[in-house]
Amino acid sequence: MIEIERLTKRFGPYTAVSNLSLTVNKGEVLGFLGPNGAGKSTTMKMVTGYLAATAGRVRVCGHDVETDELAAQAAIGYLPEGAPAYGDMTPRQFLAFIARVRGFAGAEARTRIDAAIGKTELEGVLDQPIETLSKGFKRRVGLAQAILHDPPVLIMDEPTDGLDPNQKFAVRGLIRGMAKEKAIIISTHLLEEVDAICTRAVIIDRGQIVADGTPAELLARSRYHDAVTIALPATIRADAVMKIKSLASVAATDVAISGDAVTITAFARKGALPIEDISTLAVREKWDVKELHAEAGRLDEVFRAITTHDAARTKTAAA
Amino acid sequence: MKHVWPIFRREFGAYFATPLAYVFIVIFLFAMGAFTFYVGRFYDNNIADLQAFFSFHPWLYLFLVPAIAMRLWAEERRTGTMELLLTLPIPLWATVAGKYLAAWAFIAVALALTFPIWITVNYLGDPDNGVIVASYVGSLLMAGGYLAIGACISATTNNQVIAFVVTVVVCFLFAISGAPLVLDFFNAWAPLALVNAISSFSFLTHFQAISQGVIDLRDVIFFFSLIALFLTANVIVVDLKKSGG
Repeated sequence: MIEIERLTKRFGPYTAVSNLSLTVNKGEVLGFLGPNGAGKSTTMKMVTGYLAATAGRVRVCGHDVETDELAAQAAIGYLPEGAPAYGDMTPRQFLAFIARVRGFAGAEARTRIDAAIGKTELEGVLDQPIETLSKGFKRRVGLAQAILHDPPVLIMDEPTDGLDPNQKFAVRGLIRGMAKEKAIIISTHLLEEVDAICTRAVIIDRGQIVADGTPAELLARSRYHDAVTIALPATIRADAVMKIKSLASVAATDVAISGDAVTITAFARKGALPIEDISTLAVREKWDVKELHAEAGRLDEVFRAITTHDAARTKTAAA
Repeated sequence: MKHVWPIFRREFGAYFATPLAYVFIVIFLFAMGAFTFYVGRFYDNNIADLQAFFSFHPWLYLFLVPAIAMRLWAEERRTGTMELLLTLPIPLWATVAGKYLAAWAFIAVALALTFPIWITVNYLGDPDNGVIVASYVGSLLMAGGYLAIGACISATTNNQVIAFVVTVVVCFLFAISGAPLVLDFFNAWAPLALVNAISSFSFLTHFQAISQGVIDLRDVIFFFSLIALFLTANVIVVDLKKSGG
């Protein structure tokens, strides 16, 4: 539903987005990740028609954003960065304005506004000027505005920024609930969010895609993928580390001591699952195990590895 | 037109949602009154017309209209709502027109509220009401001209103070382009045709022509084409900013 082809945006000498191609289908929730200034927001602004691309094209539901802008924009629900809204209006007035702009009138407008209000739980603040609302409510007003016309394509720039944990949970539930029927792009800094709602994660760095896969695939790139952490009494530390290291499924270990306990992290050899070996070992050796768990991997570590590794490489290339 | 209406409605409502409208209208009426009665010596003239009232309009508008125009786009840019507005499925011309018409309608409301002076002059004497109607029309057209210039300049910046100051200066040049201050500068070197063209841009000349009571089509066309010109420029400026960021 969203087709981005070789999209490029230059601001003077600075290239914000470079030759980016991406297709998002119905049913996908794409998490757009990347360091600040990587080009996430710029890409979203081009998809929604706020910025004109320097080169490349974007099609939304078959409509070219450049030549058929209004049709494309009609198909998009967009939550811009910072969830801007007219501060002098109340949420009720603001949503009525959006409904009118989107071409709804009368009973249909009322039904749609009520549905959006219900989904974003805005009932309590409907008649307060938006500028007096808390950050969380402002964000939800922005969300309500984006989903009001039940668009086939949703683009949200940091939809849960500024929300408390309960609100985050609610908004994620809302996005998951809509996911089946729509193509959704969200940008976020929160890696746990990708895990929670995204079916696909794309990491961009300096305007280019550096990773694209399901959250599980990205996790598999982590050093911590299938790694096992075991906590034991510090007294048996040397013996335990040696025995764990000698296992065929373990590639390396990390040891940390806190008080009278030692925490050993065993990293998996590619394709191996050390959790079975280590639990068998612990039973055989009759270790006094305080903690034992396997990890799926750490997204933040993958994120850091991909985005900083890449930066170092470019630096070397430039030198 | 179906696109212009929601924008118009929101913008027009925004004036009255904040103290802006009330402050503006009070100052507008106060200034109109003060100039008419104290500077224009409305009573001392002993003539039942509103010449003293209308003659100050070009100068009052010079400051009051840019105050309305400066926020039109600069504020949207500063608060980020520009991004929301431009990603809604509305053609850009409709957004420009809706905003402009709302501001113009607001000035029309303020101008209409000067009606007591019309009643006063009719109570005191027997004025030529045709001339007064024509002057009101001319005054509104002139305000529309200033406003179009201001809207276009507001679109170039996210700083309202800059928008205000630049608009005042540009409007001032348009107002007096028939006066020696401007013409002497060109007289020395420019061909006569250009000097005449520049002097024909004078708001003062066109406004004074209308406020004589004769609504000459040429004067009306002048104001409408000037408004169209600056609104087109406004559309272009907003569009250019899309490519430049």
